Amino acid sequence: MIDVKKIRKQFPVYQKYPNIRFFDSAASAFKHQSVISAMTDYLSFNGTNVHRGVYHLAAEATESYENSRSVVANFINCKPTEVIFTKSTTHGINLAANSLAKLLKKDDEIVISELEHHSNLLPWLEMADKLDIVVRFIPLEDGMITIPNFKKVLTNKTKLVITHHMSNVLGYITPLMDMSKLAHDVGAIVVVDAAQSILHVKTDVKVLDVDILAFSGHKIYGPNGIGILYMKEALINKLSPTEFGGEMVDKVHLDGSTWKSGPYKFEAGTPAIAEAIGLARALEFMNEVGVDNIHQHELFLRNYCIDKLKDEPGLTIFNKHGQSSIISFNINDVHPHDTASFLDQHGVAVRAGHHCNQLTMKYLEQDSTVRASFAVYNSLEDCDILIKAILETRDFFHNL
Amino acid sequence: MDLKTLYRSVIMDHYKNPKNKGLINDDNYLTVHLNNPTCGDDLIVQLLIKDNKIIDLRQQGKGCSICCASASVASELLKNKEISEASRITQTFYDMLTGQEIKDKSVLEDAVAFEGVGQFPARIKCATLAWKAYEKGLNPLEGEHNNE
Repeated sequence: MIDVKKIRKQFPVYQKYPNIRFFDSAASAFKHQSVISAMTDYLSFNGTNVHRGVYHLAAEATESYENSRSVVANFINCKPTEVIFTKSTTHGINLAANSLAKLLKKDDEIVISELEHHSNLLPWLEMADKLDIVVRFIPLEDGMITIPNFKKVLTNKTKLVITHHMSNVLGYITPLMDMSKLAHDVGAIVVVDAAQSILHVKTDVKVLDVDILAFSGHKIYGPNGIGILYMKEALINKLSPTEFGGEMVDKVHLDGSTWKSGPYKFEAGTPAIAEAIGLARALEFMNEVGVDNIHQHELFLRNYCIDKLKDEPGLTIFNKHGQSSIISFNINDVHPHDTASFLDQHGVAVRAGHHCNQLTMKYLEQDSTVRASFAVYNSLEDCDILIKAILETRDFFHNL
Repeated sequence: MDLKTLYRSVIMDHYKNPKNKGLINDDNYLTVHLNNPTCGDDLIVQLLIKDNKIIDLRQQGKGCSICCASASVASELLKNKEISEASRITQTFYDMLTGQEIKDKSVLEDAVAFEGVGQFPARIKCATLAWKAYEKGLNPLEGEHNNE
């Protein structure tokens, strides 16, 4: 069991807003004290660049930065040399798409789904458009990806299988392990958006057997401005960089240059050093609490809310049977932004909109939805207030 | 202002019984389409202008109640106004929402009900979308207001 009172003491935002009922962690989570302290420590007492200076301070910065890479590698079970620091999940996926584009040609096929966040959709659609590649969408079943449906679109021409691990609207978990196996059987590369799943589902890239996987710091109690792109060693060696400049280069000549090896060739320019350090502390916090414990806690809260809301009239819940930390719903005939403003009056923060996922909205035949997402610091009391606020808002609008 | 009071007043009335709703298939009308991609509010307005005067206004769209009600209120308020007068009223509406000092609030008539929206900064764009669309129709050459 998670001791929410104890956990909240580790999140300074609660010192300023002790009564906030925060249900928007799936967009950006609150920052853990250890993250803030580690970043402040680097910025206050170091602030030098990595991989450049030979003096003591610079060596210390490099050590902290590279230590963060190792923490990430341990967290997802890969080698540190398979971990690329990026700006965000979006940046990582764009980097992957731009690098992979060189392996593809006209009439090749890629497989993707309508459940993707725009950040794991638009880079691929753009790429497909430029290269005249066929995009095949996995038919959905009740908003979920199933193996039988996946098989329907997987062919010998499939070069890439692109998927999320956990939907940012419905919270459903993709059957990644089985998909990877089938994808590899036809020689396709598996690219995964793990932005939502990384803090809810144990992510072992070896067990999942994925080739590329992206996530970011700001959803895992860490900073924004930093993300991770995991890439299998063979792919890292095979793919070429798409961003050029300082630090990623090996030898520079007038007639062509060579690049550094491993992840470094993908990290052009001065990286977000404080943020990388902060992200590693966030992962260490999650290790301390345990990803499984966090997941069980969120699931408990989610199921508690679902039980209280599922039979209430005037509400539509779009993912009653989800296995994770998200509830997507609407109060019937009330625009989600009106709902969200009313919930805000109760100190309840939720997301309302299309969640950067217009295709899923089309699938649900909604313009937008309200999304409540649960995190390690949410309590049962938060849930009671959320439920009360939703029902009061419904009663207000439906009795006008 | 309490949010419930804000909604109970003119907003829900116009949301449920919108004025000048529905588009007209007439080339004499100028059509403007604006949307807010962040929240999905999506609005089309039409203006019939003759001799510097707004003869008719139509509006159709989907969005939150503040956005739709505002489109309805504005369509009533700006109808039969000279262009310069309509521009002045529109500016007064913006000033009210952003908390600027206003000399004569009475020109806003029913639109005064939206004053409370100013206390909810995230919703100001909902209230102004329709006005931006009408404004664009009045000054079609003054650049884009889209995607705000």
